[in-house]
Amino acid sequence: MRIRSPKFAFVVASIGAAILLAGSPGSARAEESKFDWKQASGTKLVVMLNKHPYADAIIKRLPEFKELTGIDVEYTETPEENYFDKLTTALASKNGNPDVFMTGTYQLWDYASAGYMEALDQYLNDPTQTNPDYDVKDIFEGVLNGGKWDLVPGHQTGTGSQWALALGFETNILAYNKKYFDEKGLKVPKTFDELYSLAKQLKDWNGAGSYGVAVRGTRNWATIHPGYMTTFTNAGAKDFEIKDGKLISALDQPLAIEITKKWAQLVKDGGPPAWSNYTWYQCGADFGAGKAAMLFDADILGYFQNVVSPDGKKGSDQAGNIAFAPPPVMKEGDPAGANEWIWQIAINKSSKQKKAAWLFMQYFTGKEHGTWAAINASVVDPPRKSVWDNADFKAVMDKAPGYLETFNTIIEHTSVKFTPQPFFDESTTNWAATLQKIVLQGADPKSAMTELAKSITRNTSKLKLEQPEKKPSTSK
Amino acid sequence: MRTTVLVPPGEPSVETPGMELSKSAAKYAQRKALRPYLILAPTLLLTLGILIPFVAAIYLSFTDFTLRSSDYSFIGFDNYVSMLQNPDFWHSLVVTLQYAFLCTTVEMLLGIGVALLLNEENPISKFLRIILIFPLMIAPVIGTLIWKLMTNPSVGILRTPMSWVGLGDFKWGASPDTAMFSLVLIDAWVYTPFVIILVLAGLRSLPKSPYEAALIDGGSPWFVFKNLTLPMLAPVLLITLVFRLMLSLQEFSIIFALTEGGPGDTTMSLSLLAYNRGFPFYGLAEAIPIMLFLYLIVYLVSFILIGFWRKAQQRASGVA
Repeated sequence: MRIRSPKFAFVVASIGAAILLAGSPGSARAEESKFDWKQASGTKLVVMLNKHPYADAIIKRLPEFKELTGIDVEYTETPEENYFDKLTTALASKNGNPDVFMTGTYQLWDYASAGYMEALDQYLNDPTQTNPDYDVKDIFEGVLNGGKWDLVPGHQTGTGSQWALALGFETNILAYNKKYFDEKGLKVPKTFDELYSLAKQLKDWNGAGSYGVAVRGTRNWATIHPGYMTTFTNAGAKDFEIKDGKLISALDQPLAIEITKKWAQLVKDGGPPAWSNYTWYQCGADFGAGKAAMLFDADILGYFQNVVSPDGKKGSDQAGNIAFAPPPVMKEGDPAGANEWIWQIAINKSSKQKKAAWLFMQYFTGKEHGTWAAINASVVDPPRKSVWDNADFKAVMDKAPGYLETFNTIIEHTSVKFTPQPFFDESTTNWAATLQKIVLQGADPKSAMTELAKSITRNTSKLKLEQPEKKPSTSK
Repeated sequence: MRTTVLVPPGEPSVETPGMELSKSAAKYAQRKALRPYLILAPTLLLTLGILIPFVAAIYLSFTDFTLRSSDYSFIGFDNYVSMLQNPDFWHSLVVTLQYAFLCTTVEMLLGIGVALLLNEENPISKFLRIILIFPLMIAPVIGTLIWKLMTNPSVGILRTPMSWVGLGDFKWGASPDTAMFSLVLIDAWVYTPFVIILVLAGLRSLPKSPYEAALIDGGSPWFVFKNLTLPMLAPVLLITLVFRLMLSLQEFSIIFALTEGGPGDTTMSLSLLAYNRGFPFYGLAEAIPIMLFLYLIVYLVSFILIGFWRKAQQRASGVA
């Protein structure tokens, strides 16, 4: 065919190039380039972070974020023990500071109900504000749903507005000292009864003071949500039920009492000697130091104890000896799932920089940062499926025997197992106090749990199980 | 011609022919009138800084204000009534009084004893005076965390020496039976040096002549302590007691860092109860009556002890 003119040739070549580019991997970059990351350039954001590897990953990449968006970020990082007190006070002041904050999935129920959080749906559905590459569907459904709620107490997460997006999440599984298990030919427990027998048998397994299984025990809500809540819900027990239009605590039900009794026995016979002082930190430290043979807690806690960096620096004394298994269930063959904890970020409803705040959220919950953080900054478990499929990430996780297999086994049945309601902190802290009374003061499980259920119901039965009305404020 | 007349303070202004003179006199009078207010301004500002939150807190205690919402309404004495009807409140009151009594008693006895021993001039006393102040330089919460690590039954350094005396399994803050003991021990470790410093300073300021007279008359050490040291030192001891009692009634950081009020509710003091209600559980208006009740206890105890202190001071100076 003859080329009729140089101009015609140029047009044909351009169209061809456009077609080729559209089908090539570079097309994503072309789409991305259309998105205006500079739309809030020159803005200054205030961000409140909890001290955590997920927050550290954000801090490391703030220069890249500024280069891309032109947005300045001022941040505070507070230890977890005081973080939520500080955050609650800041949000309650309604002065727009911070613009963006890290939150936990359970605290979301308080903050969203109080009107402190900006619903994200309008941003997610606006192509001028959300990069077409953002790909919400890439986020695990159970993890995305952890930030979604219709604000009706008693309704499960996953319906209503999206209030927060995940930075990372944790499932609660069994980590064990594989080296010792292999040496002694021990079988990894699959049922709770096997876990109990083994934990009891392993008292002083590695010298005086060593014990079977590390589990949390402080008078704090955080004692309930890892191993205990995972066991509780895997057995089919429930925290609440709706009766006659009221949210009633179900902790006095026979199954709830039975599981609590079994858990208390596990703590007494196979748990840490100073159990009521044990936070996640002490559990991880004991497991890493070879004081506990097993750890029934967040998967990432065991993971960090097992890490050996390329320069040979060990995450703990037992690094390299640790392996992972699904949480033991009540009956062998029952599907194993886990209660899940999600670290999320959200926008303060009173923020005056919402456009910039959304760009921040989008960047740090997006694929690019998620992949970088998972491979380079210890962000396990990443919330995006594409990261779990990434070969580099798989190579990192392969160093933790059983981690990926366990994750794939339990993810289908893993979700937020608590019933959303705005008295979460109070109910679960009192639940932990009751557990302490049963384990340490010999309180009768049935009467202690009945008393606990009554005290929780006193609060929750007052809740209106409907969408909150927007009332004019009597104060500022 | 310009006339300059200096007006002494307190004198009426002097009429002078120059305009400048009358202006300067008027300015001086203005300044003089303002002076008391300027001198008092920092105190007034400080008082306002204390009073405004205090009054605001009292106001909020009559509402149903929570950190969950900015909507609130006036509910009268409901928060006070529910506090008094709540068994947890009475339990916490007992814990608070028990804690304050035990800590103050241990620290006063130990502090006086050590101060008397250190009141000697020798190299060991000089060295110990420096060493014993160390705990005061550490924030109580840090001191508690150090103790928490030392008493950890798995990795703590106290496990081995405790096992020598058959107490290897001692549970410290982790058992309802030993939690209060552990708290008092840590409080005493942190604050006894405070008592030692005050008592030692008091001992150093005592006149020497009565002791010399007692020595000549052959008075025994117990006689000297009972009839000279104790009466003369009473004002210092009472003021030390006021400080320690006030602070241990309000103690928060040591209990929070070691037990968070547990195991169960064993060590749930009024400060911790109010904190839990106010912040983690968001019920600020419910927490305020608890703090006001605690304030009332501290005020009453201090008021009574200050009365004793005045009398003791008069006795020590020979007025009464």
